[in-house]
Amino acid sequence: MTRLELRQVRKCFGPREVLAGISLNVAAGEFVSILGPSGAGKSTLFQLLTGAERGEGEMLFDGAPLDDHGSRFAFMPQRDALMPWRRILDNATLGLEVQGVPRRAARERVAPLFAEFGLAGFERAWPAELSGGMRQRAALLRTVVQQRDMLLLDEPFGALDALTRAAMQRWLEAMWRRHHWTALLITHDVREAVLLSDRIYVFSARPARIVSEIKVPLPRPRTADASVAREAAGLEAGILDTLLGATDPQLSAQRPSPRR
Amino acid sequence: MAVPSVPLSGGDTSGPSPRGGRSAVSSAIARAAPAAVSVGLLFAAWELYARYGGVRPTVLPAPSRVFGQAWENREALMDNAIPTIRATLAGFACSLSAAFLFSALVDFWPSLRRALFPLLIASQTLPLVAIAPLVVLWFGFGLLPKILLVALVTFFPMMVALVEGFEATEKEIGQMLRAMGAGRWRVFWLARLPSALPYFFAGLRISITYAVVGAIFAEYAGAAKGLGIYMLNAKNNFRPDLVLAAVGVSAALTLVLFGLTVLFQRLAMPWERAAAGRGSEGRQ
Repeated sequence: MTRLELRQVRKCFGPREVLAGISLNVAAGEFVSILGPSGAGKSTLFQLLTGAERGEGEMLFDGAPLDDHGSRFAFMPQRDALMPWRRILDNATLGLEVQGVPRRAARERVAPLFAEFGLAGFERAWPAELSGGMRQRAALLRTVVQQRDMLLLDEPFGALDALTRAAMQRWLEAMWRRHHWTALLITHDVREAVLLSDRIYVFSARPARIVSEIKVPLPRPRTADASVAREAAGLEAGILDTLLGATDPQLSAQRPSPRR
Repeated sequence: MAVPSVPLSGGDTSGPSPRGGRSAVSSAIARAAPAAVSVGLLFAAWELYARYGGVRPTVLPAPSRVFGQAWENREALMDNAIPTIRATLAGFACSLSAAFLFSALVDFWPSLRRALFPLLIASQTLPLVAIAPLVVLWFGFGLLPKILLVALVTFFPMMVALVEGFEATEKEIGQMLRAMGAGRWRVFWLARLPSALPYFFAGLRISITYAVVGAIFAEYAGAAKGLGIYMLNAKNNFRPDLVLAAVGVSAALTLVLFGLTVLFQRLAMPWERAAAGRGSEGRQ
């Protein structure tokens, strides 16, 4: 069943076209990634979805036009956006508080999830006391407990070091296998997209259009099995070629310019 | 259970523990020592010069004389310090409330900023020497003109600090809150107000020192009682020792108020110490 469907969504900032007719869909329980070069307008798409910006084209949710932006999506921004003045527990309940859930009830709903997110014992810690990976897990916890229909993840691991990022990707895959969230992930990390997604939309450089749609038919878990990892690597190489070709033909050709 | 072994860094909560009693005392002493030495040297040099430099005590009294006279006149000094403290605190409270109100208005309606700021900046160029006697002329010798002058010198720094503090809110926090369905007032309350706290306290530390100066200036221009008028009278009676004693009292007053803001900040922002503790440990 299709949850989210975009038809020819366009967005211009003044004379500058950022999104040039994006059509995509996400089915219930599906993990879909948008992969594209940085500055392609991927985040702008999320701004349209969350209602921060208005664009042209059709946005449908469960077949009906998307008007109540706030109640459909749980959004996780690029940086963790944890509030330094709230303890981790109170950061995690933020979304519920905004929904009007009383603080006490919100805490009771959030507290049992701390163990699963590897945060047990850190309920009373300040965000500044956590490592980068833990902060990111806390941010995801805050996103998930809102119990919206769909997760929007905007480069959630972009700011982490390579090792922590790899660990977080594995962890997220494990979490997704258990919960089957409907999720749309923005990333510029090809490996991350292949590891986590059922399908990948590859965006071009600005103005963004969809260059290709790639199904990722690999079995899960994708990190544990060596043969799956090999297949994934092949897929990655293919996507990287598409991406480089689409961003800048000169870059992929690697031809030295005659004069400088 | 199936959470892969992301480094959970079990040592995160343990942290370094320099908060133990003995080390805290010795580190406090170590921090205060340089200031104590420099102040001590300054007073020693002053004492020697005043005694053996051939200056008359009616021009430059030795610090020992200033302290002695301060002690002898302690009742008069206290008696005059109280109105100054009252004017400082009342004026500061007024300017804080006004600054909060106007900065919130500016935050909600940014076009107000363009309407208000030129006026406010102009108010900061008014020379206190000229404006203080006028305010006293208009509003008399009571508390009101003091409150107004203290508010005049402290309002602008507080207002700027708050406006900048609100604007320093992380964009992504605002975006996230709106995606959660929060309205403007909610975003202001949950994100913009707490984001402004560090700026607020920075402004508070600066303007509390202005506040004392402002109150003394106002009294200097005309008052029944207060450190300002006490200084003026002592100067007119050729008693520089008493002028300096009053200066000492006002300096002590400022230091106490400054210390209170630091204490208040610690209580209001407990997460700052957590961040500092982690910083010294080294981020990974």
